[in-house]
Amino acid sequence: MEPVMAIAIGLLYSAAIFLMLRRSIVKLVIGLMLLTNAANLLIFTSAGMTRGAPPLIPEGMLAPEGVVADPLPQAVVLTAIVIAFGVLAFAVVLIRRAYEIVKADDLDKMKDTDT
Amino acid sequence: MQLAVLSGFVVAGFAPLFHRWFGDRASFVLAAYPAALALWFLSQLPAVMAGETLVFAMQWVPSLGMSLTFVIDGLSLLFALLVTGIGSLVLVYAGGYLKGHPDLMRFHLAILAFMVSMLGLVLADSLFTLFVFWELTSITSYLLIGFNHNDLEARKSARQGLFVTVAGGLALMAGLTMLGVAGESWSLRELNAMGDVLREHSLYTALLVCVLIGAFTKSAQFPFHFWLPNAMAAPTPVSAYLHSATMVKAGIYLLARLQPSLGGTEMWTVTLSVVGALTMFTGAFLAIRHTNIKKLLAYSTIMALGTLTMLLGIGTEGAMIAFVTFLLAHALYKGSLFMVAGVLDHETGTKDVTAMGGLRHTMPLTAAVACIAALSLAGVPPLFGFIGKELMFESVLEVSAWRWLIMLLAFSATALTIVVAAIVALRPFFGQRRETPRVAHEAPTSMLIGPAVLAILSLLFGLVPVLAGSGLLAAAASAVAGTSVEVKLSLWHGVNLPLLMSLASLALGYLLFKRWDRIRARLACLDPLLSRGPEAGYDALMDGVVVISEWQTRVLQNGYMRNYIMVMIVTLIALVGNSLLLRHAPQFHIALDVQFHEAVVVGIMVMAALFATIARSRLGAVVSVGIMGFSIALIFILFSAPDLAITQLLVETLTVILLVLVLFRLPRFSSLSTPLERVRDVVVAGSLGTLITLLVLTSWSIDQFVPISDYMIANSATLAHGRNIVNVILVDYRALDTLGEIFVLALAAIGVFAMLKLRAPEKPKNSAPAKENADG
Amino acid sequence: MVKSGTIILNTAARLLMPLQLLFSVFLLLRGHDEPGGGFIAGLVAAGAFTLYLFAFGVSATKEVLRMLDPRDLIGMGLLLGMISVVPAWFVGDPFLTAQWWTIPGIGFKASTPLIFDIGVYLAVLGSVLTMVMTLMEVDKDEP
Repeated sequence: MEPVMAIAIGLLYSAAIFLMLRRSIVKLVIGLMLLTNAANLLIFTSAGMTRGAPPLIPEGMLAPEGVVADPLPQAVVLTAIVIAFGVLAFAVVLIRRAYEIVKADDLDKMKDTDT
Repeated sequence: MQLAVLSGFVVAGFAPLFHRWFGDRASFVLAAYPAALALWFLSQLPAVMAGETLVFAMQWVPSLGMSLTFVIDGLSLLFALLVTGIGSLVLVYAGGYLKGHPDLMRFHLAILAFMVSMLGLVLADSLFTLFVFWELTSITSYLLIGFNHNDLEARKSARQGLFVTVAGGLALMAGLTMLGVAGESWSLRELNAMGDVLREHSLYTALLVCVLIGAFTKSAQFPFHFWLPNAMAAPTPVSAYLHSATMVKAGIYLLARLQPSLGGTEMWTVTLSVVGALTMFTGAFLAIRHTNIKKLLAYSTIMALGTLTMLLGIGTEGAMIAFVTFLLAHALYKGSLFMVAGVLDHETGTKDVTAMGGLRHTMPLTAAVACIAALSLAGVPPLFGFIGKELMFESVLEVSAWRWLIMLLAFSATALTIVVAAIVALRPFFGQRRETPRVAHEAPTSMLIGPAVLAILSLLFGLVPVLAGSGLLAAAASAVAGTSVEVKLSLWHGVNLPLLMSLASLALGYLLFKRWDRIRARLACLDPLLSRGPEAGYDALMDGVVVISEWQTRVLQNGYMRNYIMVMIVTLIALVGNSLLLRHAPQFHIALDVQFHEAVVVGIMVMAALFATIARSRLGAVVSVGIMGFSIALIFILFSAPDLAITQLLVETLTVILLVLVLFRLPRFSSLSTPLERVRDVVVAGSLGTLITLLVLTSWSIDQFVPISDYMIANSATLAHGRNIVNVILVDYRALDTLGEIFVLALAAIGVFAMLKLRAPEKPKNSAPAKENADG
Repeated sequence: MVKSGTIILNTAARLLMPLQLLFSVFLLLRGHDEPGGGFIAGLVAAGAFTLYLFAFGVSATKEVLRMLDPRDLIGMGLLLGMISVVPAWFVGDPFLTAQWWTIPGIGFKASTPLIFDIGVYLAVLGSVLTMVMTLMEVDKDEP
């Protein structure tokens, strides 16, 4: 499964970067969303992928039976997903305010700081 | 003890309050603090004189081996007494000098903070602590030089002093780190006991160079001497305190402190004695070119600092005695002279010695103090400076390497110093009465106490050298030498070579003084040459920095968002790709083990992402991103991450709501770039994607570390009482990270609130976006 | 732009919100042993309020929240997170070390990780609600 995921993550990154290189601010936002998802997947898969063995300990046991999926990347990604939402909201609102003031969706027209 | 010293920072913080309570008299109240400390240090004198080393152990960051341990031995005590003693005198003096100055409380704050830093520096036992206090003295010195912040010159000088000393501080940090690594200890006491190991260590040369750069910049040694005369832009109490008696001696202190562990090698001896002698001569020579009394004194301070460095370089037992004697003598007379210079400036309104004359009638007390101090500076018996100079000549005669050069430099520097002493003492007070910008009269008592006390001490120690010599100086010299040293100071050594040299230098000095005005005129033709000195180098360097930063701002920070992203991505590809492909030959051994439904989910995810890039409408793009998000949630379910899947689903839902609320108020999609640009972007994005793929594949193939999650899995139920290991990691193992993360989230929310709700009130309502219709 | 919804949405929101909030607390409390936890529970609760927001508008939702401003929730969450740091000091452990107590009688296991998780719950709920409510309010102001 891993090689497939590697290629998929690579494609996600490409799509995200391509969108972020556009001049339209809305495309920048979409690219940002793709990028956070791609990064989350990258971290999630970095410890290898395990099928059907969630990192839970059955009731009454002290350790999981057999091999379970690595919980650490999962914990990291869990917070990353929530934070990505916060950052996305911040970015979107920032862009909205910038657009209200500059009245241009072309990022090239936003290059002066004192408009 | 640590508390007593560090409470000084608290006292400094409360200085403005004292100011409110006591008005201009706050200086005298605050002076009680260093005075009390000075008395306490004096009470430790008997124990230290008996050869004890007082240790006040205290942990700071034990896990990093950092301690706040303070150590009092002879050298520390000598410095601590200078810092606190002169400190209290200077505070009293400043009360008169800066009387009615609107920023007096800022002065108090900075100077007290400086005093505590300096005290910490000379008492510290750990290299870390030493370095922290070292940097603090640089910063407080910066604040004090730039005290007159309305003055362009003062600001420039403050910056120069800061850059030079902090640059040296960086070198020192490297040097101290290497020292700690080489000696496997961060304690100065332990390092001083293993000098033989350190001198043989392979890092010795490198660490010595770094430590020397740090010490030389701080103590204004040639070629870093130029910042000290410029620092005279500070108010005179600061010059008297920081730039002659204490801070500039921090570098000297460090060298003396490290003498037992690093000194004695040929490199140490030659570097220190030659640099010291050069500094000595440069200082004395440049001094007589000036008529500004503070500059004169500043250059003669450079000369004294050079002398001290040279004596440390010579390194014999006699040189150690000379070192501590000269150090004390210099602190006494130079502090006094600076304060006299301040009095003159304050009372006459000029700093130019050629503009003053005949002041002894109006300012008899000041004149007397100035004469005593200047005689000590010139090294005339029976003053303490004479003993210091005799011992210095004795040590110079013991030099083996570069003997004649050092002797010549030392001799001429001494003669030139006599000229300086004569100028400072005779010019303003004797001769013809001259009109000064302000009508001169005697200084207030508060401004006379300081210089008078120091001058009287110079005289007292000269007449009864046993007072200073047998106890404190012996202990200090022993600490520098690393072995027990007997000190027997006396005025009369019999007719010998040092005495003859003293007499000859006196005669030469007198002759030079008589012709001073003419010599100065002659020396003016050297100006073009001197303006190409080290200071020009410093200026060129600073200009260069400005030019480079302007250039890089124009090129890299040109205001185009996509250029920034492009630069980052291309750099990333170049650097990571380089090390990935060239350093590690890629090797993958991963079985391709795909089940049909998984392939379908991944396929949908990728298709959705790619569709988002070519979507012509915002709605299309948002929908495809949504599809991608839900596919990712499915992947999380398939690969054993139930918590992630739930979170992803919830966040996807909220994201849609967010986009509905915001995104459709933004403009529609538009195509702004040319086809060529798009091809370029596809290439860049594609290569990054390829790189990431290779990176992921490689990282799976290499197992570099034992994963820490094994510990977490094994102990989750037993130690943390939780069966959901992901949650246990979040709230227990890595709770600090999670705490930081909820703070980030909170900040994002507050940011959103602030951007939308807290608007500038004068903005009219027309900033609302145009009404948006359904998307195409 | 967002108007109060249809009858179906209104009824659903009225019925679903208490259930969702109850479910979020359930997720929060069982989070240490089963899938769930502060982040997920916070998001579920935020979802509940958002649904209500869409059905009845900002002012009605504010009434439901009574005196509680979502921003206060953020502050309370962060405060709880910080408070959970403290107990370890009294026992002499490095800070943030988990402490466990069993409340006698009901046998409920209280712990600093639980306090911490409640802090996460409130912070997430408060943050998301602040964002959504602010956006909706601004939306209402601007036609």
